[in-house]
Amino acid sequence: MPQPVHDFYQAMADRVGRSLADRDAEHQVVVQVGSATCEHAAGSQAVADELVRHIRASGRKDILLHRTGCTGRCSREPILGVRLPGRLPVKYERVNRDLVHRIFTEHIQGGTPVAQHVLDHEAGPLPERELLFCEGSRCHGSGPGPRERFAAMLAERGVSRESVRIGAASCFGACGLASDHLASAGPATYVLARPEKVLYRVTGEEDLAAILDGHLIGGQVVERLRAQEEPIALAFMERYGDVAFFNRQSRVALRNAGVVDPESLDEYVDMDGFKALADVLERRDPDWVIGELTKARLRGRGGGGYSTAAKWTMARKQADATRFIICNGDEGDPGAFMDRSMLESDPFNIVEGMIIGGFAIGAQRGFFYIRAEYPLAIRRIQQAIETCRAHGLLGRNIMDSGWDFDLEIRLGAGAFVCGEETALIRSIEGERGQPRVRPPYPTDRGLWDHPTVINNVETFANISAILRYSGDWYARLGTEKSGGTKVFALAGKVRHTGLVEVPLGTPLARVVNDIGGGVTGGRELKAIQTGGPAGGFIPASMQHMEVDFEPLQKAGSIMGSGGMIVLSEDDCMVDIAKFYIAFSQDESCGKCTPCREGTTRLLEILERITQGKGELSDLDKLERLARLCQRTSLCGLGRAAPNPVLSSLKHFRGEFLAHIVDRHCPAKKCVALIHYEINPEKCVGCTICARNCPVACIAGTRKEAHVIDQAACVKCGNCFDVCKFAAVDRV
Amino acid sequence: MTTCPHCPTDNWPELERGYRAMLPGDVLAFIDGNRDREHSESLLIATLHMVQDHFGHLGPGHLEAVAQLMQIPLAKVTGVATFYHYFRLQPRGRYLINVCLGTACYVKGAEKVAQKLMDELGIHFGETSKDGVFSLESTRCVGTCGLAPVVMIGEEVHGPLTPGQVPALLETYLARAAEEMAKV
Repeated sequence: MPQPVHDFYQAMADRVGRSLADRDAEHQVVVQVGSATCEHAAGSQAVADELVRHIRASGRKDILLHRTGCTGRCSREPILGVRLPGRLPVKYERVNRDLVHRIFTEHIQGGTPVAQHVLDHEAGPLPERELLFCEGSRCHGSGPGPRERFAAMLAERGVSRESVRIGAASCFGACGLASDHLASAGPATYVLARPEKVLYRVTGEEDLAAILDGHLIGGQVVERLRAQEEPIALAFMERYGDVAFFNRQSRVALRNAGVVDPESLDEYVDMDGFKALADVLERRDPDWVIGELTKARLRGRGGGGYSTAAKWTMARKQADATRFIICNGDEGDPGAFMDRSMLESDPFNIVEGMIIGGFAIGAQRGFFYIRAEYPLAIRRIQQAIETCRAHGLLGRNIMDSGWDFDLEIRLGAGAFVCGEETALIRSIEGERGQPRVRPPYPTDRGLWDHPTVINNVETFANISAILRYSGDWYARLGTEKSGGTKVFALAGKVRHTGLVEVPLGTPLARVVNDIGGGVTGGRELKAIQTGGPAGGFIPASMQHMEVDFEPLQKAGSIMGSGGMIVLSEDDCMVDIAKFYIAFSQDESCGKCTPCREGTTRLLEILERITQGKGELSDLDKLERLARLCQRTSLCGLGRAAPNPVLSSLKHFRGEFLAHIVDRHCPAKKCVALIHYEINPEKCVGCTICARNCPVACIAGTRKEAHVIDQAACVKCGNCFDVCKFAAVDRV
Repeated sequence: MTTCPHCPTDNWPELERGYRAMLPGDVLAFIDGNRDREHSESLLIATLHMVQDHFGHLGPGHLEAVAQLMQIPLAKVTGVATFYHYFRLQPRGRYLINVCLGTACYVKGAEKVAQKLMDELGIHFGETSKDGVFSLESTRCVGTCGLAPVVMIGEEVHGPLTPGQVPALLETYLARAAEEMAKV
């Protein structure tokens, strides 16, 4: 029986194998530079230019400059990776042009890494080899036992711990891939050996001994223990597994971010790209696709958490055969940037997810709706669409299957409400992006009144992985109600900001402390804000709760698109609640009264409170108004807008009371409720505060204690910031 | 095209010439190329993006020309142009400064940076400096929260910024503007 799709895929994979043969050659030195909006902002382009100059000047032909997307390690960018043949890959943080010169001469030419600039490297020499033990707690891993046993065995044999690093990783995503007879043999631990890129499957002490003797000491790969599985995050861990920020994550949606060149179809195909699509088109069975998604328990990653399989089924059973599929890339939540990163770093994966979705629901056309503020994401998706068309992956007769489907991009224009699906549809139609009443839901009557499925970027990013590794595998990663992983954009007062992908059900504290490195400046955690302007606050006392749709909702917040802002004791909850309401008020489209007027009045009351003019009755008014707005608004924006107010009232009522009753802002943030004083005992009379005061309200002469004229002071805080003797008090 | 099926006025060819003269060639080609496509009116936002990319803003004449050539009521074109924040109806300076006031930037002190920019430039949000070099606007999250607080000037993102770094940053752009002016 002819298998045209299979043949098409095989021909493409063979071509890619040949064209990448050079890159994968043994002797090749690979230098990797990130290329995404955040990397560019940090200066990665100047770094890449400098590297090109160095490579050219050296005359070496064996150095390859590899451009990749962004790994999501924002606060340390630009990141530069160096891979010498047979050596552990090394990543450098905050690279600039001077550092490029050092890295090039000392590491690439000289063979010695510049240790003090290595990403997240504390001190001491770098290891030469590494064994990473998979210790995922959610996928029935074996815990730290085997790793500790192995470390003890190393000590017994007297192997130097300086050259060999024994580390732990959260998840390679290998669990559940093993064939049945292996699974029945009992729990196994996966061990990744770097730089040999070998994955071992270890079940007992003899296996550990075999790896120690054969692999570490003997220098031979122990073939009988080699895992047959090809876990999804292997390529990522192989490059980034030594960094705690990365190896405590479970990368599924972000598996290729920072690994592939986002503009190269070949590299995506090399990571098994379009294999899932080939499988789907070969089977020609949309029910199988939806069945796998049902098993995967995949829920919409845009915030609603609605079952993707159910949504696709509803569109599929419509009588109307003209159907559309839309990718919602109108990422408007302040503090969330995972969609941008995925569109910029792994565009082909999103395109593949959309094509599969189009096939499953029987659509003929699909749309990317991307906000105009993301020019690079738009360019990369446009380029990916054109490349796919040129290679028979989009357009007519996709992969020789006889099925036609095409994609196009529509730009947003800076309206937050367009993230709401009915508003988004209006915007694609070229109208003002105002929502309408649901039902009918878009799966009934959507774009131009035809059945339409709208999913978030991250939802599409998971599709190919689920079909490639099975729905059961994906479900196992998550919780009973929601399968898989979720990407969070970790920002705010946390040491390591960036993108974090963890299994659903991971405790919040683990994300903030283990991966994020805790609160900055040695301050105490106060709350974690999730879900953006539609979300709420999780107080520090609840930080051990599991991240999943239902628990977050119960705590008065939402998952939302995955923004996670860490707030410390320096943050005033009334002020932050005001910030979110100001956002929603500004973005309210004005169509329905509860949202238009409700958010405005909520903002007025909050402003009054932060100015020290609040009254006790304001708290009741806030609650009543918030509930009204929640119950009667037309769309999700208005219904969710009061969440920050309600959850801050619920968890931080004391702070509201302090503002109203004591006229005091505990976080010393609300300008109207603080003033600055100079402590005469600490002031040495250096005059720096007086010189920096914009309104010249600080009196005093040299070597004498200064005094602030409270009547003239504008409370800008300059004196507080510039005083070198901590003599200015904020009270 | 000499006759317009929707507006059988006797002076359409003359009007059309006038309107076509107001828009750049790529916009005209885009409108013409999509005229007969199904749902071509849905490309209004894309068209307005192109016009704004070219002129830097959407003037009353531009809106009218787009309305006439796409055969969409001017009321609707204006409605769309005023609904979306991204569209500017006033001309702006050579460099658009967008201060990110997203959550991450806000908690890291974006307000102080914004205040410093206003002090240095002597303008508020939505205004253009007297020399026509800078326009100041605020934006919601440019998606580089790891670098908070950030300011976007043109298409370049700068961060993390302190108020103290603002004057030097503006200087570099003033110098660049002077250089570009010298070339012209």
